[in-house]
Amino acid sequence: MTPVTYSQAFQQGMREEMQRNDSIFVLGTDLLDRGGHFGQVLGLGKEFGAERIRDMPISEAAMVAAGVGAALNGMRPVVDLNFIDFSFGAMDEIVNQAAKMRYMFGTPIPLVIRGTSGVALYAAQHNNSLESVFAHMPGLLVATPSTPADTKGLLKSALRGEDPVIFMMHKKLSGTRGEVGGDEDLVQFGRAAIRRGGSDVTIVGYSQIVFKAMEAAKTLAESGIEAEVIDLRTVMPLDIETVAESVRKTGRLVAVTEEPLFGSIASEVAASIQENVFDWLSAPVVRVGAKHAPIAHSPTLFEAVLPQAADIDRAARDLVARGQ
Amino acid sequence: MTEVPTAGVGARQFLPIDISGVDPERLILWLGEMLLIREFESRLDGLSMSGKIPGGLHLSIGQEAVAVGIAAGIQPQDLLACSHRSHHHALAKGLAPRSLMAELFGKATGCRGGRGGSMHLADASVGFLGGNGIVGAGLGIAMGASLASKMRGMDQVGVGLFGDGGANTGRTWEFVNIASVWKLPLIIVCENNMYAVETPSERLTGGGSVSRRAEGFGLPVHTVDGQDVVSMYRATTAARDRAARGDGPTFIEARTYRYEGHSTGQIINYRTTEEVDEWRSTRDPIQRLRIALQAAGRLDDEVFDEMVLRARATVQDAVAFADESPLPDPISATRDVTGLELGLGNAR
Ligand SMILES: Cc1ncc(C[n+]2csc(CCOP(=O)(O)OP(=O)(O)O)c2C)c(N)n1
Ligand SMILES: [Mg+2]
Repeated sequence: MTPVTYSQAFQQGMREEMQRNDSIFVLGTDLLDRGGHFGQVLGLGKEFGAERIRDMPISEAAMVAAGVGAALNGMRPVVDLNFIDFSFGAMDEIVNQAAKMRYMFGTPIPLVIRGTSGVALYAAQHNNSLESVFAHMPGLLVATPSTPADTKGLLKSALRGEDPVIFMMHKKLSGTRGEVGGDEDLVQFGRAAIRRGGSDVTIVGYSQIVFKAMEAAKTLAESGIEAEVIDLRTVMPLDIETVAESVRKTGRLVAVTEEPLFGSIASEVAASIQENVFDWLSAPVVRVGAKHAPIAHSPTLFEAVLPQAADIDRAARDLVARGQ
Repeated sequence: MTEVPTAGVGARQFLPIDISGVDPERLILWLGEMLLIREFESRLDGLSMSGKIPGGLHLSIGQEAVAVGIAAGIQPQDLLACSHRSHHHALAKGLAPRSLMAELFGKATGCRGGRGGSMHLADASVGFLGGNGIVGAGLGIAMGASLASKMRGMDQVGVGLFGDGGANTGRTWEFVNIASVWKLPLIIVCENNMYAVETPSERLTGGGSVSRRAEGFGLPVHTVDGQDVVSMYRATTAARDRAARGDGPTFIEARTYRYEGHSTGQIINYRTTEEVDEWRSTRDPIQRLRIALQAAGRLDDEVFDEMVLRARATVQDAVAFADESPLPDPISATRDVTGLELGLGNAR
């Protein structure tokens, strides 16, 4: 199979599932002709038409509300929010409506909300890291794929599941390539992937930061330190067991995230691990994340806020040195 | 709107504008400001493509008269907040070209020290409250600012801008409603350039037009030719007078057009070149004012050419300044996040 991009993987997953299930449709801005701002539904407008690839005005609350209402009445909507930052204008519909319907009224809401996430250019208002915010809200699932294969496979699971899913696709990954699975290759939610085996230290992350973790693992290996790198793939549910299993072997954990560290997914992982496998730890769990600041326009400024491969490398080295 | 002859570009004529009763000196000034905006914006595509400016930009070429007409109709102490398409308003409100260019470059000498960038320009010293990355949000900020002006009894008016796309987000109408009910000293301007990214807004805007919608909120609504700086000036002056009298807000729908793509580096295939040509060759705000001034004997080609060169030189100076300016200190990235020291180890 020929490799496809991260955005194409989403589009492939959408196409296959839309062919399979008539109730799936997409709502969002600039979808029908343009194929979405990241080419994520490119070509689907021609194939499925304006009924199922529905262009919306810039009305985020209405997009999600339409999705929630349609989901409880037999459809499977995919709401494309463009940037995940625009979810703020639909937060009530996401958190107070979509997330709670099943619990309150017994009505499942099979709804996918896609948003481009992560940190890159375009400054403070287009670079909010919201994965821990959504994961914190009971009722929502949160997918954070780092590869084309996981994008396609997780999307398929989301579209065959029963829950509202926040599907977060990192800006910097849009053009990255990889092989993807076929029609029935689903990636289950809550199953982390081990990207690299190692016995000295565990590094856990999700989405784009996994690549920085892999970079760090490489420089660590040059010094004879073998890091095991775990990609969570979904942060809700969070596969803490795979992380715990690894930590039982390595005795050391670096939890990384691109989010500001305070209240982050990395914080959750760190707390869980020390609660569950404290006795196996030979050094305290360390977190590496962004500093507590919005994202500036100037790359000079925002790169200084973000965790870098060198920070992960340093944290892992410190742990190995401490836990001898 | 007036019908335009369609016998080919060459046969087209610019629609006339009425400059009667306006001081010609001021008109010349406005022409210079529009030229500056156009020259400034025309440089940016290349600077963005070459990487001098990080990221893409929303250019305002074609929309100069909206910004210059509004700025001319308000007072220096008035406060303006707008959308992601903001460079023309920033310049018209008085942000220095050097300061704006350096901000786009992400340099320490920019109006926000490289923090803000194209969508988040601001300069409190000239009453420019800022652009905005969130569609519709700028109007809300201006609305709140005008509430404070009213509560503090100041001779100060707010101006809030949004696009035709912004007319379809619910928050916009929450702001219009409150401004109307509270009789806030606010000028509400929809900068209708007909497209939201690639979507013709007509296709997704119910109720006939933005103006028709606004009428339901019980405030004066004016649909204005946004390619005529004098019409924009007159509408704004009337709105400001009304606001200053305590009679409340005015809604202006400025019909305008962006010549370039939604943002830099985009291929345009969602509108025809004929449509763009028509706007350029019959409604261009700079040419229309130029022709009116020439007809009145207040401008000749030589002076106009000099004005263009002057604008170009100002932009060149701004580019050189931005290019030579230092990058911000990375350490400063975590400063000034909150007023209270948080003790989160940011300072390290
Ligand atoms: C809340 C929100 N939704 C979506 C976007 C993405 N976006 C940026 S500009 C734009 C189009 C805005 O169109 P319009 O209001 O007509 O302004 P114009 O670009 O034409 O000046 C969109 C959809 C955004 N910035 N904020
Ligand atoms: Mg528009």
